[in-house]
Amino acid sequence: MHAMLDISTLHYLVLGAALFLLGVIGVLTRRNVVIVLMSIELILNAVNLNLVAFSRYWQGIQGPQALHGQVFAIFVITDAAAEAAVGLGILIAFFRNKETVNMDEVNLLKW
Amino acid sequence: MNPLVANPPVATPFFFYLLAAVMIVGGILVITRKNAVHSALALITTLLAQAGLYLMLYAPFVAGVQIILYAGGIMVLFLFVIMLISIERAQKERQFNKQWAVGIAAAAALGGLFIAVYTTRTQGRVLFPQGRVSYVEGDNTQRVATLLFDRMNGTYMFAFEIASLLLLVAIIGAVVMAKKRI
Repeated sequence: MHAMLDISTLHYLVLGAALFLLGVIGVLTRRNVVIVLMSIELILNAVNLNLVAFSRYWQGIQGPQALHGQVFAIFVITDAAAEAAVGLGILIAFFRNKETVNMDEVNLLKW
Repeated sequence: MNPLVANPPVATPFFFYLLAAVMIVGGILVITRKNAVHSALALITTLLAQAGLYLMLYAPFVAGVQIILYAGGIMVLFLFVIMLISIERAQKERQFNKQWAVGIAAAAALGGLFIAVYTTRTQGRVLFPQGRVSYVEGDNTQRVATLLFDRMNGTYMFAFEIASLLLLVAIIGAVVMAKKRI
């Protein structure tokens, strides 16, 4: 009974999977580059949620010092910041050249 | 009684489902809105709800980093860029590309894979833990700092230095990309 009502690691994993799927749908179907970048942020956050949930799980087994998942989540956030900065820089360069933020018109390297 | 179970749960199911619903609705709004500013605001809502979930997982430091860095830093960067580019034209255009059906099919296949993995049973048990895991909160931030910075026990000190190098490269890259003439 207790185990039925309580929130387990699996709950967080399912929520993370749902967010990951929303991000994947956004990346694959949207045309606006800004929203595609935001969808990538959604994906990174889904992974972070999984990492922190697993960190909690290992804390229950190995003790409170088992925080590797949380440290990894912090590294992922650092990566997300770097990715957002570079991605938005590329977006500005692209907008300057083509006057659009449409994903379908990103074809400068096609031949 | 197991001391792990004896600790009363701070995280109640109600808050989990509330924050999860906020996150899912926010995520759906992010990928469906026409206006990029609306998407950004929905994403900020999602990120704040996720910070609440981090608190429920006894990760106060990650929750703080999430609010300050993600909702405060990265999303402000996004809003700045949205202001720099003209979004009026993008709003009038078609929002979804031609291969949207294939994209949704691929995402559905990925979802099926997730369901298959999460419901797989080996020897009558699912792969992922289903019972409540509870532990004393302890000094979370100090322990994270020990893992990151301690000279003797700092498992991730080298990775931390590499991350700072990565940020430096990202700063230079962003400037090079966004500047008209170097």
